[in-house]
Amino acid sequence: MANIVYEKSRGLTDTPFTYCPGCSHGTIHKLIAESLVELDVLDKSIAIAPVGCSVLAYEFFNCDAIQAAHGRAPAVATGIKRVEPDKIVFTYQGDGDLASIGTAEIIHAAHRGENFTVIFVNNGIYGMTGGQMAPTTLINQKTSTSPYGRQESTTGKPLLVSEMMAQIPSATYIERVSVHDIRHITQAKKAIKKAFEYQIANKGFSMVEVIADCPVGWNMTPVDARKTIADAMIPYYPLGVYKDAGGEA
Amino acid sequence: MKVLMKGNIALSEAAIQAGCTAFFGYPITPQNEIPEYMSAKMEPAGGVFIQAESEVGAINMVYGAAAAGARTMTTSSSPGMALKQEGISYLCGANLPCVIVNVARCGPGLGGILPGQSDYFQATRGGGNGDYYTPVYAPSTVQECWDLVFHSFDIADKYRTPVMILLDGMLGQMMEPVETKVHPRLNVDKPWATNGNAASRPRNAITSLSLFGEVLEAMNLERFKVYEEIAKKEVMVENTVKDGDTVAIVAYGAPSRIVVNAIDELKEEGINAGLIRPITLWPYPGDIFLNLPSSVNHILVAELSMGQMVEDVRLAVNGKYPVHFYGRTGGVVFEPIEIANKVREILGKPTKEIESKIESKTATQDENLRGGI
Amino acid sequence: MTSRMIFSGFGGQGVLVLGEIVATIAMNKGKKVTWMPSYGPEMRGGTANCSVIVSDKVIGSPIVQADIDILCAMNGASVDKFLPKVKPGGLVLVNSSIATKKIQRNDVDVVEIDATNIAGKVGSLRVANMVMLAGFLKKTDLFTLDDITDVLKQRFKGARSQDLIPLNIKAIEYGMEE
Repeated sequence: MANIVYEKSRGLTDTPFTYCPGCSHGTIHKLIAESLVELDVLDKSIAIAPVGCSVLAYEFFNCDAIQAAHGRAPAVATGIKRVEPDKIVFTYQGDGDLASIGTAEIIHAAHRGENFTVIFVNNGIYGMTGGQMAPTTLINQKTSTSPYGRQESTTGKPLLVSEMMAQIPSATYIERVSVHDIRHITQAKKAIKKAFEYQIANKGFSMVEVIADCPVGWNMTPVDARKTIADAMIPYYPLGVYKDAGGEA
Repeated sequence: MKVLMKGNIALSEAAIQAGCTAFFGYPITPQNEIPEYMSAKMEPAGGVFIQAESEVGAINMVYGAAAAGARTMTTSSSPGMALKQEGISYLCGANLPCVIVNVARCGPGLGGILPGQSDYFQATRGGGNGDYYTPVYAPSTVQECWDLVFHSFDIADKYRTPVMILLDGMLGQMMEPVETKVHPRLNVDKPWATNGNAASRPRNAITSLSLFGEVLEAMNLERFKVYEEIAKKEVMVENTVKDGDTVAIVAYGAPSRIVVNAIDELKEEGINAGLIRPITLWPYPGDIFLNLPSSVNHILVAELSMGQMVEDVRLAVNGKYPVHFYGRTGGVVFEPIEIANKVREILGKPTKEIESKIESKTATQDENLRGGI
Repeated sequence: MTSRMIFSGFGGQGVLVLGEIVATIAMNKGKKVTWMPSYGPEMRGGTANCSVIVSDKVIGSPIVQADIDILCAMNGASVDKFLPKVKPGGLVLVNSSIATKKIQRNDVDVVEIDATNIAGKVGSLRVANMVMLAGFLKKTDLFTLDDITDVLKQRFKGARSQDLIPLNIKAIEYGMEE
């Protein structure tokens, strides 16, 4: 008998991911799936997929899932969670979805203290539409709509979403993590799991911002992209817990 | 027992009685009584009420609650309905049942809060992107507001589609006696719901997306089969045109009541006219125009708009009759005498003098605002 | 038989409620009724009015803009605005505490009711609208004092608000004595 040393999480379907080589989405999906399985809530979970690269996430998570309009996932999650308060509801959103078109929905879901979990993937770019500038694109970063590099004078400074969300009185748990190496992936898993634990314990709104890469959009190799997270993203987006009003889970 | 109630209150209480367990709204005049009522009554009834951050938020909460299998409703008024169009398109694309109420005002833009019927195109043509329709019901009495809410929830569940109830501020604000009968509910299983019950069945996924042309086309064709069935089975219309009537006047919603007064006024001078009042605006009761009595030789369409439903009438009539139009907009509500005069004009008879209105400003706007062809 | 009525006054004088009470009484007596407020910007402060139609047959338009059978005017502006629209032979009920100008029409039946002052005498200015009902009792056979009492019992269901019924009735009776 062969030893099983590694197994794909039962929290994911067998549908092959549609993500580009080196993209962080796969890793983040895995962390969510593992958390739901470990907490034994997979069968009563409902995932809300955004518009963006992860639009097909409803095909990947092995639980009930629904695809929402661009930016509206927190409103959709609100509708579901309020009529199914005993179920586990989470949104999976990118930076265009959450930090640009969906700012009203995310802020007010937190403002109401909705008891669901938000996984916010910040890779500083619109991936699916071809690498346009996001609110989280770094200064001087070149994208297809900031071809000379993002200029502060006309587009402002990158939006610090976790810092902003932590100011909302009814938000319970806000943490920023990264998935660029094993140590950080382990920490990201802990944060994601904790967010779900808080939801299970009815502690209210939780959001984990995951700093991620987009090798294709950033126009670099996956290895360089991971290095760029450490060298350029994290210095601007410091990792850590921005708010924890939940006590011990 | 009858209860005197506003149209807005009838819509609200009927929704609760019809089993609506999730209401999402946002303040906008002239529908504010509905979220106010729901905020007081939903929780005691075991339901959910949320005053959303916007109409966009509200319709997407409806999308979530509908996906989870709840009977859910949102209400708004014209500019707010414009914001909901994205969500309505998604609801249609994902085949999710819900009830959406538009207590319409006048536009475009912020327009005004007085009654209007200029959201007819938006309601009947699918105001969002893509190939879709929603059944649209147009009550003309407070009793009909009550009854059509029950019907709308049933139709929504039966065909897995959003259903719209379109009225104007006049009907939302007015009171009439209502027989508060609780109609039996059509119970429809929702095995497709994403309600987190995957322990006892295969997982469900809800989406309006398909990146493959043939797949999306097939989804659309399937949906249009349902539309065909709705068009075949669910048309509702009130028709009082009878043999001997020379003019058929077409009007819907509360303004059709003003047409009734005009018809009475005309009768006194020997002019016979009848009313065709579509209750479903989509599917449109076009067939009614194919079987009118031979005495009819003119159709007059009266709307509180520059002429929107008149296009459906022209399509249905297809050249068989001359189609005339009389409309007021901006929140100006026509008086019976205006409709009667239009009929007199069509028939080549002398018109009667319209006394200056109470609001003299309104009267001076007449010529600029009067639609007509 | 159809009665087309306007109830009009300052916002806060209770004209919308007064119209609603009359409509409810008529409904209870098996009539067809409609009640339609003016819900334009004027509802914030300023003047308020509502149209009430009571009829034996199905009511078409709920809006009363002309051919008024009964005008119940709680202030002078309401008289100015609606008096020209009252039918010859129509009834005009005027709150003479506030609308002090002489009514300039001889072809209508005018009843002056010192409503605001009477309401003050019985202890609450808020019942001035109810005093106006005395005009209906004097001049029409639409309803009786008992009909009004029945509706008030429906409206004031709570134990505490039951106490308000005698106050309202007293106000109407004072109005009758005038």
